Amino acid sequence: MNFEINTPMEIAAIISLVLLFVALILTFIRLALGPSLPDRIVALDLIALLILGVIIAYVALTKEIVYLNATVLLALITFLATVAFARYLEKRVL
Amino acid sequence: MIILEWIASIFLVTGAFFMLVAALGVIKLPDVFTRMHAATKASSFGTGLMLVGTIAYFREPFIFLESLLVIVFIFLTAPVASHMIGRAAYLLKVPLWQGTVVDQLHGKYNLHTHELLSDSPPADSQNIAKDLKD
Repeated sequence: MNFEINTPMEIAAIISLVLLFVALILTFIRLALGPSLPDRIVALDLIALLILGVIIAYVALTKEIVYLNATVLLALITFLATVAFARYLEKRVL
Repeated sequence: MIILEWIASIFLVTGAFFMLVAALGVIKLPDVFTRMHAATKASSFGTGLMLVGTIAYFREPFIFLESLLVIVFIFLTAPVASHMIGRAAYLLKVPLWQGTVVDQLHGKYNLHTHELLSDSPPADSQNIAKDLKD
């Protein structure tokens, strides 16, 4: 992992990584507190999208464009997981 | 091309800021429906902005196609997923915020079959149902 913080894009990537980690901590608090089960599912959905943002910021920081493939899979799996959780809550069978 | 890099940086930071706003909404708002409203819209918008930033920064066809695929997929699936969570939460009778003014779905869900009754059924529908039974 070698990168330098010189260009505007790298500074922006560092700033957005900090913002995203603060957002991740706040969402984890909601995941732990969440009074009902749907609250926790909302928090899990948001955590997956935040991790997608972390991947994008990491790609912008290190220029390793291979990692952008992971965003496609993460978006797909997030949707399937959320729909499966919601369907389980509603029907109580999978 | 330094201007394009500045634009991409601004897009990236703005997207991350919107995702922080979504997390603030999730931690701060009072019930599950308002939390869902914050989480879905702000976070999918933020992800879209960050991907537009990467498109403007790398300027390669492969990056363009892949980021566009992710943007389209997120904007198609996030409403569907949040609608399913909201429907499940309403059917589980998760308590609404005490300041809620109107609950338009009150009494409209059949609690056994989970079907949504429409407000005014068309005139023929009952006759058609009778015909089908006979």
